[in-house]
This record gives sequence, C-alpha cells and structure tokens, in this order.
Amino acid sequence: MQDHILSIVTFAPLLGALFILLIRGDNEEAVAKNSRWVALWVSGVTFVVSLLLWTGFERGSAEFQFVEEVEWMPSLGLSYRMGVDGISVLFVLLSTLLTPICILSSWGPVKTRVKEYMVCFLILETMMVGMFCALDIVVFYIFFEGVLIPMFLIIGIWGGARRVYASFKLFLYTLAGSVLMLVAILAMYYEAGSADITVLLEYTFPSEMQKWLWIAFFASFAVKVPMWPVHTWLPDAHVEAPTAGSVILAGVLLKMGAYGFLRFSLPMMPEASVYFTPLIYTLSIIAVIYTSLVALAQEDMKKLIAYSSVAHMGFVTIGIFAANQQGIEGAIYQMLSHGIVSAALFLCVGVIYDRMHTRMIASYGGVVERMPVYALMFMVFMLASVGLPGTGGFVGEFLVLVGAFKANTWVAALAATGMVLGAAYMLWLYRKVIFGKLEKEDLKSLMDLSLREKAIFAPLIVITLWMGIYPPSFLDVMSASVSNLVHNYETAIAASNAAPMFAQVFGQ
Amino acid sequence: MEYFIVFLPLLGAFIAGLFGKAIGDRGAQVLTTGLLLVSAVLSFVVFKDVALDGNARISPVFTWINSGDLQLNWALKVDTLTAVMLIVVTVVSSMVHLYSIGYMSEDKSITRFFSYLSLFTFFMLMLVTSDNLVQMFFGWEGVGLASYLLIGFWYEKPSACAAAIKAFLVNRVADIGFALGIMGVFVLFGTVNFAEIFPQASALSTAQFTFLGFEGHALTIVCLLLFIGAMGKSAQLGLHTWLPDAMEGPTPVSALIHAATMVTAGIFMLCRFSPVFEYAPAALEVVTYVGAATAFFAATIGLTQFDIKRVIAYSTCSQLGYMFFAIGVSAYGGAIFHLMTHAFFKALLFLGAGSVIHAMHHEQDMRKMGGIWKMIPATYILMWIGSIALAGLPPFAGYFSKDLILEAAYAANTTQGTFAFWAGTAAAFMTAFYSWRLIIMTFHGNPRADEHTMQGVHESPKTMMIPLIVLATGAVFAGWLGYSYFVGDARADFWGDAIFVLAGNDSTEAAHHVETWVKVVPLSAAVSGIVLAYVFYMFVPSLPATFVSLIKPIHTFVYNKWMFDELYDFLFVRPALKLGRFLWKSGDGAVIDAYGPDGVTALTRRLAGRASRLQSGYVYHYAFAMLIGVVALITWYIVTNAG
Repeated sequence: MQDHILSIVTFAPLLGALFILLIRGDNEEAVAKNSRWVALWVSGVTFVVSLLLWTGFERGSAEFQFVEEVEWMPSLGLSYRMGVDGISVLFVLLSTLLTPICILSSWGPVKTRVKEYMVCFLILETMMVGMFCALDIVVFYIFFEGVLIPMFLIIGIWGGARRVYASFKLFLYTLAGSVLMLVAILAMYYEAGSADITVLLEYTFPSEMQKWLWIAFFASFAVKVPMWPVHTWLPDAHVEAPTAGSVILAGVLLKMGAYGFLRFSLPMMPEASVYFTPLIYTLSIIAVIYTSLVALAQEDMKKLIAYSSVAHMGFVTIGIFAANQQGIEGAIYQMLSHGIVSAALFLCVGVIYDRMHTRMIASYGGVVERMPVYALMFMVFMLASVGLPGTGGFVGEFLVLVGAFKANTWVAALAATGMVLGAAYMLWLYRKVIFGKLEKEDLKSLMDLSLREKAIFAPLIVITLWMGIYPPSFLDVMSASVSNLVHNYETAIAASNAAPMFAQVFGQ
Repeated sequence: MEYFIVFLPLLGAFIAGLFGKAIGDRGAQVLTTGLLLVSAVLSFVVFKDVALDGNARISPVFTWINSGDLQLNWALKVDTLTAVMLIVVTVVSSMVHLYSIGYMSEDKSITRFFSYLSLFTFFMLMLVTSDNLVQMFFGWEGVGLASYLLIGFWYEKPSACAAAIKAFLVNRVADIGFALGIMGVFVLFGTVNFAEIFPQASALSTAQFTFLGFEGHALTIVCLLLFIGAMGKSAQLGLHTWLPDAMEGPTPVSALIHAATMVTAGIFMLCRFSPVFEYAPAALEVVTYVGAATAFFAATIGLTQFDIKRVIAYSTCSQLGYMFFAIGVSAYGGAIFHLMTHAFFKALLFLGAGSVIHAMHHEQDMRKMGGIWKMIPATYILMWIGSIALAGLPPFAGYFSKDLILEAAYAANTTQGTFAFWAGTAAAFMTAFYSWRLIIMTFHGNPRADEHTMQGVHESPKTMMIPLIVLATGAVFAGWLGYSYFVGDARADFWGDAIFVLAGNDSTEAAHHVETWVKVVPLSAAVSGIVLAYVFYMFVPSLPATFVSLIKPIHTFVYNKWMFDELYDFLFVRPALKLGRFLWKSGDGAVIDAYGPDGVTALTRRLAGRASRLQSGYVYHYAFAMLIGVVALITWYIVTNAG
C-alpha cells in the first residue's frame, strides 16, 4: 500500500464515483441517501489513507517522495509519474480534508440530482489530488484542466440564479490561459526532450525562451490565483456556486495557480521570474488594496468573502516572488490557512443561507441572540481571516511580509495596509450580521448549529488554532523543499545576469 | 510559577466562556475571580524573587515559528520590568473582576463578560512576559481583540459596535508600524529575540538602512516604526481617537483596559526596548515631543467634557503623554513608576465613577448629577483620594512619579526636554482643574437629577467597595513605597538589566539635583488648578458660562476634541468607502468585465450574428457568392500572370 499510496488517494474517489453511478433504484430518495453515504465514506476513507502521507513523509528531505512511475506512451516519453515533496504534500491533505467536509455540508441543502452531485465532487477530488501529485507535465496539464469540468458542472447545475453566466465566465477566463499554457508545455517538452517534471526542474532554459514560457504559464496561473485584473470571474462564481462549491473553489482551486508558480515558474524559469517580479508585485499590491476596498462596498456576504480571497491571494503571490525562505514558506502557509479559513467562512455563510435563503448582509443583524455557538465559530474564522496572531492566518501573513520586507520595503509597507483594510471589512461584516439588535421578525426563529454542522466546523477550528499556535508541524514539512527551491533559484540567478524589469525604479 | 500566573486566567476564560451554562453565573464569577486572585498572589512571590532577589529568567514553553533564520519560541521572560507589570496587571485585574461581580450583577451575559475579562488578562500577561517581538505582537493584538470584544460588549447598541470597530481599526493602523518595525529589527539584527537583539545595539548604532527609498539611521527608523505601534495602543496624539469612544464599554472595562493596563502597553514596549532606543536619540526626541504634546492636548479636552468617563479617559490620554516624554528623556524608570501609580489611581477613579454611575441609574452626564456626596460618602472620599493622587499632591502616589518625570524632563537640559517640562506643567494645572471640576459637578451643588433617580442613590455593595479600597491604598502608598526602588538610590540594583540608560543620558539622576523652583512650579500649578476649579464651579457658578462665551471659537474647537474625528472621517473613512464602491462598479464592472469576458462575449455574438446573416439558405445567394469568388480568382490569376 505504501508504494501506491498516491495512486490510491488519487483514484479512490473516482472509483467511488463509478460506484455511485451504479446505484439504481426507483425511489429517488433512497438513491440520494445511498449516494450521500457512499460519497462520505469514500472521501472519508480517502482522507484517512492520505494521513499516511502525513505520517510517512520524511521531514528534512527536499526529494520527491512516494514516487510512482508507469510507462504510458513510451514512444513519446510520457509516463504516469506521481510524487510529492514538501510543497505539494500539504495541499494533497488539504484537498482530502475538505472533500468530506463539503459532502457533509451538502447533506441537507442539496436536494436535486444528489447522485450526480456526489459524482461530481468525487471526480473533482481525483482531479485536485492528481494535480498536486503529478510529476509529468502532461499528466499535470490533464489534471489541471480536468478540475475545471466538475467545477463547471457544479456551478452550472446546482448554482444560484445567474449560474450559467458565472460558470461561463469561469470557463472563458480559464480557457484563455490554458491554451497558452499548453503551447508552453509543448515548447518545454521539445526543448528539454522530456515531460518529466524532475528533469525539467534540472534543465536550464535559454533566457529569451524563459520569458515567453513564463508569460504563457502566467496567463493560466494568474487567472486561477486569481490576480488582479483577471479576478472578476471569482466573485460571480462564488456567489452562484452552492456552498460546497465555494468551499472547494476557495479552499483548493485558488491554490492551483500559486502552486503552479512554485512548481514551474520559479524553479524552471528563474531568470524570467526575476525579470517579471516587479509586475507580480504591482499586480499583487493592487489586488490587496483594490479588492479590499471593493470588499468594503459589498452587500452580499459571499461576494465580500470572495473579494477578500483575492486580497489574501495577493499576499501569496507577493510571498512567492519575494523568493526567500520566509516569503515562500509564508505563501504556502497562507495558502493552507486560507484554504481552511475561507472554506470555513463560506460554510458559515452557508449555515445561515440554508436557514434564511438570502446572502444579503442587510437581511441579518443580531444573529448572536439566537445562535451563540455559531457566532463564536464565525468569530474565530473572522479573526483568522483578519490575521490575528494565534490563528493560522497570522503566521502566513507575517512570514510573507517578512519575506517581502527583505526583498523590497515598499512592497511590505503597501501590502501591510491589507492588515487594516482586511480587518475593516471583516469586522464590518461580522458586526452587521452577528451583532446589533435582533429586530427582524424572521430571524427570531433561527436555530443554532445542528450536530452535523458542529461536526463540520470542529476540525476546521482545531486546525486553525493549531496552525496559529504550533506552526512547526507544518513548517517542518515544507522547509527542506523550500530551502532547496530558494537555493536553486539563487544559484540560477547568480549564474546569469538576470535583472528585474525597470530595475532603476524597482531596485530597492 | 510564572506559568501559573499567565495560564490560570486563560483557563478561567476558557471554562467560563465555553462551559458558562454548566457552571452558571455565580460559578463563572467565583472561578475567574478566584484564579485571578491566585495569579495576583503568585505575582508578588515572583516579584520578590525576580526584582528583589535578582533572579531574572526566561522559561520557554515551546517553539512557535521556525522559518529559515527566523526562529522564535513561546516563552515567558520575567525580569524586573515584567515583574512590575505582572503585579500591576494581576492586582488591577483581580480587583476589577471582584468589582464586576457587583457592577454587572444585573447583566444578562455575565459568564461572557468574565470570560472576556480573564481572556484580556491572559493576553496582557503574554504581552509583558514575551521574550521576543512576535510574541509581544501576539499579546498586543490579543489585548486589542479583548478590548474590541469588551467595548462592544453591549452589542445591541450601535454606538458600542461602532466604537469597538473603531478601536480595533485605529490600533491596526498603528500596528502596521509595529509590524514593519518587527521586520526592520529582523532584517537589521537577524533575530527577533530580545536576548539576541540588545547586545548588538551598540554595534549597530551607526548602521544605515534604506526604508521606502529613504536612507537613514537604521536604529532611528526601526525605533520610530515601533513607536507608531506604541502610539496607537497608548492613544497618543493623532492615534488617540479610539480611546474616548472606547468608554462605550462597561465601566470596569474602562478601568482595567483603557486606564490601567492595555493602554500602557506602548510604554512597556518602549521601556523594554530601552537598549535600542538609547542609541536612537532622534527617535527619543520624537517620543518626547509627541508625549508632551499629547499630555497638553488631551488635558485641554478634559477641561470641556461633560461625560464623567470621558473626562477620565482624556485624563488617561494625557497621563500616558507624561510617561512617553519620560521615556523620551531616558527616564524609563520614571515612566514605569508613573505607569504603576497611575494604574492604581486611575483604576480607582474609573471604578469610583462606575460606583457613581451605578448609584445614579447609569447616568454618565455630570450636568445631571450633583448634590450626592452625603448620600454616597465612601465613594466620595475615594474619589478624592484618586483625584489628589492624580493631581500630584504630596504624599499621594502621583506626586512622586509625576514630579520626578517633570524634573527629569527639565534636567535633561535639551530643547525637547524643556518643552516637555512646560507642557507637562501646564497639563498638571489643567489636570487639577478638571479633576476638581469633576468632583464638584458630580458631588456638590444642587441635585440636577430627577426625583426618581435621587431617591435611588445608594452606596455600592461590598464587592464593589473592597476593590476601591484596595486600589485607594495603592494610590496612597505606592508612591513613597516605590520611590527609592524605581527612581531613587536603589534603582540600579532594582532594575538590573531590564532597563538600559546610556551614561550621558541619565536624567533620573540629574532630576535629583534640580533647582528648588523646578519642584515648586508643578506643585503650585496643581494647587492653583484646584483653587480655580472651586472658584469656577462652587463659589461663582456663573463664571464657566461667561468664560466659555468669551472664548467661544476656541471652546467649540476643543469641545469637539480638536475635530480629529471629523478630519479622519473626511480624509480616510468616506473616501475609502466611496473608492471601494467606485472600483467595484466602475473598475470591475465597467472596465474589466465590459472589455474582458462580457466584451468578448458580445463581440463573438455580434460577429456570429453577422456570419449567420450570410447563411440565408437560398441557393441563388450561395451561387451568386460563388460566382463572385470565381470571378475574383480568375481576375487575380490574370493580373498576376499577365505581367
């Protein structure tokens, strides 16, 4: 089992999905019930199995671990290669953790086409996990794009009123980027003569080519992150997606772009990365400030959190391109904690949406009177989103800022304004929804969290605090791989005469 | 031992917060107060061990962050500076807990209140025991959170919610400075641990550092960034606007957080960093000016306010200014000395005011009080004690600490020191004036409250009076008990390594050798302030109105708190909201979407529409098109081949 653990974790959900497809019955209710239980069991077992990655992963090694390799198209040199290092292993766990939570959160709210819904989620899990594990660039591409299909369906079928517009917008944006990335992947394959990511990591591409490759990859990753100004699909997608869709979207899908930067752009195109760093900084800072301000003006809870995600991902991209130990570790940490926290925030919205069927902030107020436990949960995640020390949000944000400060004090100072703006919109949201007088009649019959809902939030709260109080659990996993990445990056830069664009402006 | 001091309050907060229903209101009160009292007793034991017997130490808990060369632990550092803070925090906090049992007895969420109070205490203790900057930041933000929760404790009140958010956000603005300061320290010193930073300070005293394109003296830049953080938490000029609004919280909260402990965190931080500040004279100069200006400015506002708690709040702001300029002239011991005495008498004043408010059915406006001193004599006497201590009349606590600070400022013999001395003296005059204005308006004259309220005026229960008496004892004796240790002959042994002063900067020593008039002037300023208050408010009650009408524009300006709120609202709050809406509608909507996905869609649709019109389905249309094509091809062929 140890030898094939990545394949098991990747494809177990797919098997589960096939199994659900086989469920037949005249009684729709019974089919729905069985599908739910199968999906929960499959994703739950997958999560438990994936914990072997946590226990078995050798800390302090920068190598890919749990590697598997099967020849696929030998004539083209393509193989099915899987493996994880300190950068990707935690994302695998994030995906396997969030999927059962999503399924559990859809227990009551999703009533139509339950069977197909569960199939979509399990396939989505396979795609996500596969993407983080893939060590062959073509396999990576397949998973990377494959993620889009179930997500597209989830939004398009189980979404809100404007779901078609939203899913179409998501598709349009992502497609534009993907095409360019595919071209770049082919170019890399022909240049290096291999699709093996471990080989590509060693290969030095010519400087001029790096720039083109970088731009092509950037087109795809920037959309996924999303970076300003290609972020506008996200608020619509989030608003229209069902709760669990938002959870996966914010929790895992947004991390794919940044993961791509870490896996491809930075190590494979170091000179181009140096050159384009000012561009990334600029877009990221705009993202932090611009979207935070926009979040202040939102009336829809999901939209507000969606915009806040863009701002948080702005921190991530800053951290990655600060390209030092703290910056990159902070970026990964921020992604993990954002994965947990924003997922939890969308679940929080889902909880009251399920009861009141509105996401408008103005429809609420004084909820704490009826739902004190919920208010406490929401408070913890709100504060984690704000980056309060003691929660996971702080460690990532702080490390990113430290990394940025080392690289460029302007970037750190401007990004730090996010500390204030982020607090402003989150506190405002919390105050409008939870605090205030309970005056609206329809709110007076709200019920506090059910046992199922508590079970959903409990692990997320534990992880949020754990990440804030004892980060070494997570930092130890990633540190060797990150320091290896930073080391190789700096060596490559030193060996070339790479310089950032507009060096005179952005130098220091 | 210090583990218990710090973590018992957390335990209390945890149990009261999560299992409040199980243990009940009484259970939560007894539990949290009891644990805090244990903490307080242990603090004295630790104080003796550390401060008097000289056993400063660091007790690690476990690793917190390890990222590359950024290594730091959760740890409890206890030296004299911390030991003093431990006593201040735990004593005031336990007294406030006790007081709240009576004060909050009719509230509907008692367990929540006590949980918050204990949680606050925990964060404050983490702050003062930190052995590195990041843990200090943890405590720093944590007390900010607790303050936010407690200011907004009565969440049904919109004003309370607004004040809570304002407090959090203004502090966050300042925390940007703190955070950048931490990063600056890390880049400069390669560590954030105090034990590794301080020994390097003198070696780095000439280092240069580029920040935001501006190259300057490295330590000055770092110290100023940290000072911005301190300004926020300690409500200094410009970043003070949250403090008066914070009075929306229950009165015990104002006493604990917004008078005695949290707002002094900035003072503590700067004193902790004395080994670095000493090498950044320009930063100290700024600290002096800001402190002195705040002491003066806040006192002027205190003169005009009518809300009893706001008067005391501005007084706090002003007193914190004293502490800052003490630091600015390197009299760190004096600053901490005043911090301690101030904690006692200001908590006393707040809780006394709470006792008055309690007696008056939650009336806070002094214009609706008066004529109650015979009805609540104990509270009246205690308020007197607090006010005398605040005004700095001997032999009460404030006299020792405040005068020492003023003398040190004078003795520093610098421009900023002299400025601070005179601003401080003027503030001392105003302090005495508004303190007695408060006493006279609240307790004397004709009753201005309605009949019903006046009948209900009653002395507070024992749980409220005992804390007042304990604090009053501190307000009376803390000054002369502590003088020798904090700023007198025993100070070198007492502080040990906790505070560092460069040989040439020792203004505390110089303060003992100033001319007599320097000692007399502040004292006479205070006395004349009291006398004038009696003239204005007791002997010639028509005088204030006449005087106000004489200086109408100035009074309006000061009464409206120097228009800071209006200014910030105009400069930051409104533009941010407007800009947010604009960027959303115009940026995302009208530009990005319109030219991005929606634009592409519309374009595709238009082109498709045109293309579809060509496909009419009539054969002769196609035949005609084909004919044109054939003609064109042939023409092209002939033209290209003809020549």
